[in-house]
Amino acid sequence: MIAAIAFYILATVAIAAAFMVVASRNPVHSVMFLILTFFSAAGLFILMGAEFLALLLVMVYVGAVAVLFLFVVMMLDVDFVELKKGFLSYAPIGAIIAGILLIEMIFLGAAYFSEGGRPLVPADPTMSNLEAFGAVLYTKYAGAFEAAGFILLVAMIGAIVLTLRDREGVRRQDANAQMARTREEGVELVDIEPGQGLG
Amino acid sequence: MIELINMPIFQAVVGVAADEPNWGLWLLLKLLQVLGFVIVLALLVAALVLADRKIWAAVQMRRGPNVVGAFGLLQTIADALKFFFKEIVVPAGSDKFLFILAPLIALVMAFLAWAVIPVAPGWVISDINIGVLYVLAISSLGVYGIMIGGWASNSKYPFMGALRSAAQMVSYEVSIGFIILTVIFVTGSMNLTEIVNTQAGGFWNWNMFRLNPSTELGLANYILTPVLFYMGVLFFISALAETNRPPFDLPEAESELVAGYQVEYSSTPFLMFFFAEYVNIMLLSAMMVILFLGGWHAPIDIGVQFLPGVFWFFLKTAFIFFLFAMVKAIVPRYRYDQLMRLGWKVFLPTSIVAVLIVSGVVVFTGAT
Repeated sequence: MIAAIAFYILATVAIAAAFMVVASRNPVHSVMFLILTFFSAAGLFILMGAEFLALLLVMVYVGAVAVLFLFVVMMLDVDFVELKKGFLSYAPIGAIIAGILLIEMIFLGAAYFSEGGRPLVPADPTMSNLEAFGAVLYTKYAGAFEAAGFILLVAMIGAIVLTLRDREGVRRQDANAQMARTREEGVELVDIEPGQGLG
Repeated sequence: MIELINMPIFQAVVGVAADEPNWGLWLLLKLLQVLGFVIVLALLVAALVLADRKIWAAVQMRRGPNVVGAFGLLQTIADALKFFFKEIVVPAGSDKFLFILAPLIALVMAFLAWAVIPVAPGWVISDINIGVLYVLAISSLGVYGIMIGGWASNSKYPFMGALRSAAQMVSYEVSIGFIILTVIFVTGSMNLTEIVNTQAGGFWNWNMFRLNPSTELGLANYILTPVLFYMGVLFFISALAETNRPPFDLPEAESELVAGYQVEYSSTPFLMFFFAEYVNIMLLSAMMVILFLGGWHAPIDIGVQFLPGVFWFFLKTAFIFFLFAMVKAIVPRYRYDQLMRLGWKVFLPTSIVAVLIVSGVVVFTGAT
């Protein structure tokens, strides 16, 4: 009973917030609604008993990815009213994509429920969520896991290579040289006679 | 019913299960627990603000606040009352909704993380299996209060402060994650209560020292001793950066940014930011105590057992807070590029190496 009410509240909030991500005029508000969507999705995960996934979602998407989104959106100096002028011209393409997704979802649901629905049963009820993940992620799916990590590494290096440029005449700070400075080479104490100056 | 009332609140909740028909009673007891935590934390914040100022003053050979109440004990209360009765000024060009929302987010997130912190055996609101992850997830949300506050003010100093804060907190969260990972490896659990219980028996069992070779890791404990001690020091420094304390208080560096993200805040919203900052400091002190300094266990296992666990927990947390205050008084502020260099080029690589060493030791000794 309480679980059902919680589900409907979370699901409604998730969909409404997802709609507002697209609909709100201010991009910062859009990101805030995106965060609300993530939160509701995390709540749905907890209702399904997947608390590890839920916290991971909050940590990775809300704690890191959305912060960077917000960072970029705040820094951008773009006139968003100008940007949204041609907004409606994308509507047909968007509608087509949404239609395809909807049809796919309907087929997926139909295929799933036509067999009476598969109830979610934990493979080993004595294991906690976390142990169950660890037990399969680093044994059965170790290859796929490492491949995913490798792809992320390549993406990271790619981003660095793309933005790294060598400019002439740039004076870089060398932290080691700065810290190796001693008092003798940094400060010179001069005893000046009153009224004479260094001359 | 009567016997439940006579029981201490934390034992009473264990006696009432949530799925029974008396879930209303369970909810009531939980709410009482939460209320108790909030009231104690609020009182402690008042004491800590005063302690912070007194320690700072003592280092600089001043008296500190000493007018309101005996030894200035009521100074924080007087300050808080002053903030309550001032007018809330909302800047004209600001985003009013987000401007008010930001301090609320900061304060709520600061309190939320305390839900899983065990302060004594069984004295915890929610003893969940992935408590460490929960604390990490919630503490990574605290940055939103600062970022939104800085942006919604629509003013350049708050905005600079918000950007600095976001970059700083995201950077240091990464190394905090790796540091906590080493503790999880040696204790084999993500439950904060279990992490504390593996450190029972005396300071030689604490994760910061690990000088007892009779645990399941055997003599390999001595390999871990320097690594985990280093991790403990690193956690403390990262905690300073995470809570925007000096020497890492770049988001509110008053000599450059006036007051950073809170320039435009006045009255109660400002008080909320201030409050959230101190609750966060207490949270990270408590996490340091839980992860590295044995939680509520006494430093020696003879003679002092009659003192309750919460006393030791409070004593250790207060000691860590004392270190926080001393660092504020002694160390000058970092430059921003030095801060980033320290986070990404020193803390991150060394903590990754530590994770490799610790996981290697745990695998090769066969302990789980």
